[in-house]
Amino acid sequence: MSKNRVLMCGNEACGEGAVLAGCKFYAGYPITPQNELTSYMSKRMNETLGVFIQSESETSAINMVFGASAAGVRVMTSSSSPGISLKQEGISYLSACELPCVIVNMQRGGPGLGNIAPSQGDYFQSVKGGGHGDYKLIVLAPASVQDMLDLTITAFDLADKYRMPVLILGDGLLGQMMEPLTIPSEIEPKHYDKPWALTGCKGREPRVIKSLLLADGALEEHNKHLQEKFKIIKEVEVYSQSFNTKDADIIIVAYGSVARIAKAAMTLARAKGLKVGLIRPITLWPFPDKVIQEACARAKKFLVVEMSAGQMVEDVRLAVNGKVEVDFYGRMGGGVPGEGEILKHIESLGGAGV
Amino acid sequence: MIQKKDTALKNAEASVKSLRAVEHHYCAGCGHGIIHRLICEAIDEYGIRDRVIAVAPVGCAVIAYEYWNFDVTEAAHGRTPAVATGIKRVRPNNIVFTYQGDGDLAAIGTAEIIHAANRGENITVIFVNNGVYGMTGGQMAPTTLAGQKTSTTMEGRSLRRDGYPLKILEMLAVLPGVKYVERVAVNSSHEVLRAKRAISKAFKMQIDGKGFSIVEVLSMCPTYWGMTPIQASDRIKNDVAIFYPLGVIKSC
Amino acid sequence: MGGWVAITILRNNFMAKIKINKNKCKGCYLCVVNCPNNLIKIEKELNIKGIKSACFSEGKCTGCAMCAVICPDGAIEVYRDI
Repeated sequence: MSKNRVLMCGNEACGEGAVLAGCKFYAGYPITPQNELTSYMSKRMNETLGVFIQSESETSAINMVFGASAAGVRVMTSSSSPGISLKQEGISYLSACELPCVIVNMQRGGPGLGNIAPSQGDYFQSVKGGGHGDYKLIVLAPASVQDMLDLTITAFDLADKYRMPVLILGDGLLGQMMEPLTIPSEIEPKHYDKPWALTGCKGREPRVIKSLLLADGALEEHNKHLQEKFKIIKEVEVYSQSFNTKDADIIIVAYGSVARIAKAAMTLARAKGLKVGLIRPITLWPFPDKVIQEACARAKKFLVVEMSAGQMVEDVRLAVNGKVEVDFYGRMGGGVPGEGEILKHIESLGGAGV
Repeated sequence: MIQKKDTALKNAEASVKSLRAVEHHYCAGCGHGIIHRLICEAIDEYGIRDRVIAVAPVGCAVIAYEYWNFDVTEAAHGRTPAVATGIKRVRPNNIVFTYQGDGDLAAIGTAEIIHAANRGENITVIFVNNGVYGMTGGQMAPTTLAGQKTSTTMEGRSLRRDGYPLKILEMLAVLPGVKYVERVAVNSSHEVLRAKRAISKAFKMQIDGKGFSIVEVLSMCPTYWGMTPIQASDRIKNDVAIFYPLGVIKSC
Repeated sequence: MGGWVAITILRNNFMAKIKINKNKCKGCYLCVVNCPNNLIKIEKELNIKGIKSACFSEGKCTGCAMCAVICPDGAIEVYRDI
């Protein structure tokens, strides 16, 4: 397999990952800071004989994705926070109908129209459900431009494997920044049979894709089936990275671009002789509870850093379950924490034997 | 020799392959049963049953897949044309149609229908206009006539408070991507036969790759019009079809 | 004139009948008003749904099938001589 070393922004890397994964349908609507992805897909879908549609709204985009997914091809849509809110209706239907698709959210500052600076304020929306009803999405959190490509390919495989929408939760920083990355010139996308896809009923019984289950108890059964699936995913598809956690007194938990800043802060702290480690969840749902629970045995304090008012910190607290103190440092509305800021906060924690 | 006539003119379920032999849930005198059959007859006549992918709406016809014997997907309320767009674009050789009510198409899904039409998507839209939201209890629809009593316009639709009935076909007909637009009714046998021809034509347009085709069917909702089915069919002739004139609006 | 006679003879010899599935009938009676010869009446007995279904009454059916065309429930079969 030959490889290409190129300079690209995160949005474009995500698009290239989709192309490599065999994405054949993309629908999207302009919104900053993910526009490079829509532009990139408009070009690449043409080149790869896929379908590109600039839809009339995010609502339409997600429903076009619903249709194309129901027809059995690999599909993707992308947006940024306000647009992802609009897509929630469709995401709930996709989840209910067990249709695979990849959704990219390059988060921006909110609430409301907010701004176009990076943010992590959509964590709750992403990992707790987002739309109506009991469902989960697999949520992947890339932290580099290379991740944007690699995790997009992973996302398509997971979507097909579990027949569900997979969300890539990035932010404006990841989408816009350029980094060198390695593009494999070709990969063999994993193939999953789709014996449920609508292709016309030639030589078989007609198929129906639906989420309306009116018969007594039918919807409860369907929900149980979905929960069973989520349970399996929670067991086998949890990914995270740990740095210096073995001897750490303080463990930072951060995801996405903040994880990289936190890593720099950790390095600074280590240089000062502070025993600081880092856990970076790669899957935000399923959340790496076990990794955090194991770290509780040694660590005296956790510090969660986010570009939000404190959302993932709740999941960390659930995992820690009161065993050790969990502190939080966050910036909101487009504020990006610098490594110096984080270091200062680590130093202020004191009392942790540091 | 007494012999059964074939197709349309005898018992639908015995002859129309695309229609399942089950009783449907619609009220007495509801037009959905007739329109389902007309669609299925057209599909059988073109021999395209195994290529059809239908998109069912939210509304009274939400479980149309119980009656249709071909591939069907549901769609969120009003998003039907967007879902159909996704299917048709990745499967251009399949015949994709949407079945939508007036709430679905002319209220919550107005953006979707206008843009699917404007893109000239090669799909067929069967638009059932009965002037009320039947499934939710007979509320005012965008197509409810002025003065018509519904559960949200108990004194009759007031143009001042509720705005004007929406003539969506006339709006769509001005779009260059739209190739065939006809309004028909199912209030009498003669109108049903006309409706049949229009629906067949709309499917033919898609089969020939001509582009977006839409047939609006004025249909009875005796239950939420507070009438007998016969009174309801008379109302179409005397009131509804006066405001929404029947006939071909555009054909190219 | 000859043409008219031919049609009349054809009509007179033309055998047709309809069969109404009474238990499928929901009692909208659209067939009753759409029969050009007023050959469909309302049954006196209730059907399985508790509805007085439509039924064929006396008279010569031409097999025009207007009743089957309008029936929303597919409850009418038309038989005719071919």
